[in-house]
Amino acid sequence: MEKRVVITGMGVAAPNGVGLNNFEKALKQGQSGIRFFPELEKLNFSCQIGGKPEISEDLLKEYFTPLQLRGLNSSGIVYGVISGTDAWKDAGLEISENGSPDWDSGIIFGTGILGVDKFREAIHLIDGGKTRRLGSTSVIQTMASGISAYLGGILGCGNQVTTNSSACTTGTEALLMGFDRIKAGRAKRMLVGSCADHGPYVWGGFDAMRILPNRYNDDPEKASRPMSETASGFVPGSGAGALVLEDMELAQKRGAKIYAEVLGGEINSGGQRGTGSMTAANNEAVQRCIERALINSNIKSTEIDVINGHLTATSRDSTEIKNWTKALKRKGKDFPFINSLKGMTGHCLSASGSIECVASVLQVEKEFIFGNLNCEEVHPEISELIDPNKIPKEKKQKKINILAKASFGFGDVNAVVLFKKYIV
Amino acid sequence: MNEKEIIIRLKKIVEPYVQRMEGLKNFREETDFLNDLQINSANLVDVVLDVEDEFNIEIDNDSMEGMLTVGDAKNIIEKKLAN
Repeated sequence: MEKRVVITGMGVAAPNGVGLNNFEKALKQGQSGIRFFPELEKLNFSCQIGGKPEISEDLLKEYFTPLQLRGLNSSGIVYGVISGTDAWKDAGLEISENGSPDWDSGIIFGTGILGVDKFREAIHLIDGGKTRRLGSTSVIQTMASGISAYLGGILGCGNQVTTNSSACTTGTEALLMGFDRIKAGRAKRMLVGSCADHGPYVWGGFDAMRILPNRYNDDPEKASRPMSETASGFVPGSGAGALVLEDMELAQKRGAKIYAEVLGGEINSGGQRGTGSMTAANNEAVQRCIERALINSNIKSTEIDVINGHLTATSRDSTEIKNWTKALKRKGKDFPFINSLKGMTGHCLSASGSIECVASVLQVEKEFIFGNLNCEEVHPEISELIDPNKIPKEKKQKKINILAKASFGFGDVNAVVLFKKYIV
Repeated sequence: MNEKEIIIRLKKIVEPYVQRMEGLKNFREETDFLNDLQINSANLVDVVLDVEDEFNIEIDNDSMEGMLTVGDAKNIIEKKLAN
């Protein structure tokens, strides 16, 4: 019989909450993590706001040794290590410093780009003819797999340890890749997740594409408006989310706390054909991804209670909703409840999928739907497709049996995963 | 700067990289960076950079290769300071 896969631990460093408890509180209270950054104003950005997790020096010391902290200038590694270590501990797993690695545990922890601030440091030194002054940490903080390498060393994992990258799909893709590995019996436990660096060198390219809002620099918390009539672009964010996936039998045997079951999902690409391009999703592929996710998980579309969408607060939101209505063959009052985390956190780019998976699983486990921030006026193209009451403005208590989570990314790539309530 | 002073300052520089604290208690000329202090070999370049900053000298690649013990480092520093 095929293995079943459950989630036994989670960790998160989100712009609106670092640590699982703070994050859950922020979700329930509809707390925004979007702030104004004077640095972006100084650099003449159109969009001078963003989402950064707040990490104190004291907190850093809990996760990194003094040696690791020397010259540490990679925000993605900071967020990824905090969320990954938290998830591991939350799963009740020990970290042993000695002996053999844990052969049955692996890591798939993605990123879009890593250590940009560290890379900037290196560029200045190299251009100044001082390459020898880079020291030993330049490579390990800027290689894409730096994040899985840091976590692999901290946790002592001996199974596959790697980093995936698929733009804003990265985190959800990582989860499904880890799921597949356990399902195939090649690992018993996989730490999955993703991280995203913060700051002008990551966000600048998006600012130049003019897809970020520029009228909310004085009112940052109102800027990220998924599904709203007045949505005017996505607010750039950063952070990390992490989940421990485990063979259900093993989790039960060791008496682990089980948050939810991963039923399955689908990963695909629209091939940048049809309506798809480097930056826009092929609608046929999105619908197919949703449909195949249902088939792979052996459930009917009517069984979905809640959708946590990709929904970035651009004009593409209504296209996404249309794709959901077509793929699920549900619309109007028959449509599931739907929300987007990005109203609170902004779009955390390569970290968005994993942070939103953590938010999704918390909703299933704690039986609530978080409210959609800044969506007072639903976009008319969306209210034509679905009943606006399906887009809760405030937190709603609700038993959720099945939640669908989707992430879409540049390069025309898609991932959909289905989480199910775990009943003891 | 006398030898003793150089060694005291060296000890302070290497301390963050040391993984075997016992070795640090017995810090003398014969102390070997990799074996006695178990400094990660990749970190030796960081030790060299810190030494350069502390003593305001430059240590070329050839000198660095011969820097295996505290005594080696002390000799290199003395030589560079004399130049």
